[in-house]
This record gives sequence, structure tokens and C-alpha cells, in this order.
Amino acid sequence: MTALRGHAWTFGRDVDTDLIIPARYLNMKTAEELAAHVMEDADPGFAGKVRPGDIIVAKENFGCGSSREHAPIAIKGAGVSVVIAKSFARIFYRNAFNTGLPILVAPEAVDGINEGDELTVDLASGEIADLTTGVTYQAQPLPPFMQELVAAGGLLPYLKTRAAAS
Amino acid sequence: MAMTITEKILARAAGQESVAPGDLIMAKLDFCFGNDVTAPVAIDEFERAGFDRVFDPDKIVVIPDHFTPNKDIKSAGLVRQMREFSKQHGLTHWYDVGRVGVEHAFFPEQGLVGPGDVVLGADSHTCTYGALGAFATGVGSTDLAGAMAMGEAWFRVPESHRFAFEGALGPYVTGKDIALFTIGQIGVDGALYKAMEFTGSAIRGLSMDSRFTICNMAIEAGGKSGIIAPDDITKAYVEGRFRREPRHYTSDPDAWYEKTYSWKAEDVPLMVAKPHLPSNTQPADELISIKIDQVVIGSCTNGRIEDLRQAADILRGRKVHKDVRCIVIPATQAIWRQANDEGLFDVFLDAEAAVSAPTCGPCLGGHMGVLAKGERAVSTTNRNFVGRMGDPGSEVYLAGPYVAAASAVAGYIATPDQIGAPTPAEGRRRS
Repeated sequence: MTALRGHAWTFGRDVDTDLIIPARYLNMKTAEELAAHVMEDADPGFAGKVRPGDIIVAKENFGCGSSREHAPIAIKGAGVSVVIAKSFARIFYRNAFNTGLPILVAPEAVDGINEGDELTVDLASGEIADLTTGVTYQAQPLPPFMQELVAAGGLLPYLKTRAAAS
Repeated sequence: MAMTITEKILARAAGQESVAPGDLIMAKLDFCFGNDVTAPVAIDEFERAGFDRVFDPDKIVVIPDHFTPNKDIKSAGLVRQMREFSKQHGLTHWYDVGRVGVEHAFFPEQGLVGPGDVVLGADSHTCTYGALGAFATGVGSTDLAGAMAMGEAWFRVPESHRFAFEGALGPYVTGKDIALFTIGQIGVDGALYKAMEFTGSAIRGLSMDSRFTICNMAIEAGGKSGIIAPDDITKAYVEGRFRREPRHYTSDPDAWYEKTYSWKAEDVPLMVAKPHLPSNTQPADELISIKIDQVVIGSCTNGRIEDLRQAADILRGRKVHKDVRCIVIPATQAIWRQANDEGLFDVFLDAEAAVSAPTCGPCLGGHMGVLAKGERAVSTTNRNFVGRMGDPGSEVYLAGPYVAAASAVAGYIATPDQIGAPTPAEGRRRS
């Protein structure tokens, strides 16, 4: 797998789903529409600044709040290649896998990375390299079941394969 | 092997003798649903994945409630897609304006969810049904798409955290105060991925409506689920209502809990959560001279009949402050009718409050009471995130119906005592 590469955008703890995609936009559902408003109430200029490949780096409990899958869809739609956090809220964690937005839990990396740092991330190994500071970090490995889900191509292909096998 | 109520329900749904925290299971679902925000995305995913039939048309509901009655052309399009999907797949239940309600008040009321169920909902407050002794958890749209097709979902069996409240609650203190108190103590990720089990004499003394409020807010502490073991109060509620056979589970006395918190009920004050997190709590009587522009009484958290009675107890014979808009939203049509029959609407109208059709509406800044920049609301809803009720420069203070109604009268955040309301009648005290 080729490494992901982009610049870091840093956020604090408890970034909730209303910050990621405010409910006033939930009458829409396409990635293009939603991406135009991603992180709007946390940083009104974010959608205009973020570049394809960029990486969101956040503290604890990223994605807390609502079950709206619009949140990972908006982030992915804006071109963000991966979200690195100290921890993720439960529903967001499931939704990210289900919509194909890569996410990594890496507390040391979150503490070490500064806004704007250039990063590369190898999803297969979980290695995060901060090219600006020269420091590398190791993300927590994916639980085996989540690796199976990813290998199957997501939840729905996984369920179909499983149904066909039984 | 000793198990908690949550583990017993999940073991049954996985077809296993027992399960332990950390186990990954595939669980059969008793009921699943999505709303006008989440279901349209789920339908898209369902169709894109090439599924052509649902697992059981009796056990799936797509329910319009967030922007109901449709707030604009786009939301009308979302509900049209749901209506067509429901027809196309012959779903047994379809509820539209005039018959529908806020999902987490509506499904228990209609007997569509009940004790022992495993419920998967594409809405974070699905945890509400734990009040019935069910395992109920919120997911996103793709999980719902898989559930609609297969009738099952994967879960990691959560560790259980026990929250024991013993003794008697003080005057005007309700389930909302217990919920906010708990979240204030442990934080918005204090129970991340965990099953929150509420126990103790104070919980057993609560009405179903108050229990729904507590389990509703488990997600605001990061919980995967909230649960209260069924007892006579649960059984009386479910009797003649639940459309399937209830399965009553309780935790074994020697079941393992990762954490146990024990609190005295009398130590729970009337609570308020200040902007911008539900954990940012403070006793209501410590908040002085915080002027407000709007009060919302409703939602899946506090839009049930007991909540409306509590608000009416405070508003009876009083007026909403001239600088405040007070919006009352009964959560379902049945609650609306009940409130009407009990004369509560006369109280609200005399107080110069507005009464709305059932909707989630302002809770998520949808419609029916959106805030402008710089405006401040006291709301009986569940979230006070930045921009939750409107402009990112607006503020939401969360409280129960008593404090919300007292604040509407005062024009600033106030307790019933502070506006001179008498101590509530004994019959209402324990609710």
C-alpha cells in the first residue's frame, strides 16, 4: 500500500459531529455538498484551505455526538486522507470504517505533531512519519476483526460474503 | 458464568450460552430503524450494494421526525425517498405527519421495542430503549443498510459500568438531573464504548418517563448503551402495549463490572449543563443572572407527558417573560392528545407559550425555534454543542422541564424555588 501524504490540521478534544458537519446541512447527503461545509463551526475557512491528502490530527473523543454518517462522508469528501486521534467516539469509529475513511489511534503522534507539519502515513503498518520534525510514531494496530472488514471492502461486502458462505 | 443484563441479552441474540466483554459477536436484531437524516443515506447504500430485499418487513421502520413536518424542499425529498422505499419493500409500519412522533418516544409508546430486545437504530439516542431492559445502540447509515438486509449486526460486547443511586431525590429533581449529574461526574467520554447500567432504590422509584430520559443521555457520556433492569414499573408500562413477548433479564449478583459508581440520590441537585458540552454541569441555583431568549420543552429526552406536566406545574398561573419565546413540543401525537385532554395546553397558552407539532426540530437547529447569533436558550434537549440550535454564536443550556419552565418565567436561568413555586406534590416528587 502506498503511503498517504499531506499536511496536518490539528484540533482539540471532543470534536463533535455538529462541528464536523452542522445539522443545518443534514438536508443534503452527497459527499460534494457536505464537503463544502466540513468542520465549518470549528474553523469556518477549513473547507477552503484543506488540500487532497491532508490529515486531521485531534485529541480525545473525536466524532462524539450524533450518528450522522455525513460526518465521515464530509471529511472524506474534502480529500482528507486519514484522521489520527487519541481516541474516537464509538459510532464515529464504526461509521469511518463503513464509509472507507481511514482512522488511526496514536496518542503519542497527536502530542508530537504540530499544525502544518508534513506527514506520511502507512496504513498497513500504522507508521506515521512527521517529515517536518523527523519523528516517526506507531499507531495502535487495527483489531483483527476490523482488518477483516477492511479486507472485505467494507461492511456490506463483508455481510454479503458471510451470507453467501452460510 | 455470571453475566450482566447486557451480556445476557447479547448472548441470547448471538445464540450463545454466554458472552464476555471484548467478545465479537454477530447478533440477531429484533428491530432496526433510521430517520429522515440517516435512512436516506442507508437506502442509498442498501441499493448501491445490490440488496433487493429486506430481512423482515415487520422489524424495520424508516421514520421521519428530525425535520418533520418537512422544513424545506430538500428535506421533503428525503422523506419522499423513505416513503417510496417503505412501500417498495412492503414495510409493515409507515408513520407520517399526523401519525408520527419523535422516534425514541414513539417506538416504546407504540410497543415496537420492549424488554430483552436487541435494537439497532441509525440515531445516537437509540440507547433510550435501555429503559425497557433492552440492549439498544446507535449506529450510522451503512450499519443500518446491513441490518435491513441481513437482520444482524456485529458488536463488541461492552464492559458494563454500574451507576447506583440510593435514597430519595430532592424536590423537583428528575431523571434529567440524574443524567446530567452522571455526565458531569464522568465526562463526555467517561463511559466510551461501555454499557451504562443504572441501579439502586432511587432508579427503581422512577417513572418510565424519567428512566427513558436517563438512558437517552447515555450517549452523552460516550456510552454504547444505557440500561435499567425491568421491574414492576417496566412490566406495567409494557403490558398491553408491546407487540411481542417481553424477555425480562436481570444482572447476576456476582456479575463483573469494570467500574461501579455509588451516589446518594439526595446529593443530586437540580442540574444545568452550560455551553458547549453536556458534561459542563453546574447546580442550577448557582447560575445567577444568565439572561435567556428562548426555552424549548420537548425532544426525545424530555418531550413525554410527565415532562409536559412538570412544565405545566410551573407555568400554571404564570406568564412567560416578555423577552422570552417558550416553545413546547409534545414528542408524539398520543402525548399531544393526552396533554390536550389534561388541559395542559390551556396552561401553556395562558402562559403565552407556543405549542408545536411533534418534531425533533430545534434540538438540532432544524426548524421550529432556531437561534440567531448571540442568542441563548434553556432547553430540555440533550446536546449543547456549538451551533446545535442554530448560529454557531448561539448558546444552549440543558436542563429538565422544571428548570426550563421556571427560566421561561424568570427570563434568566432559575429554579422553581427562585420564582416562588411551591414544593411539588408528593405524587410528582419521585418522578
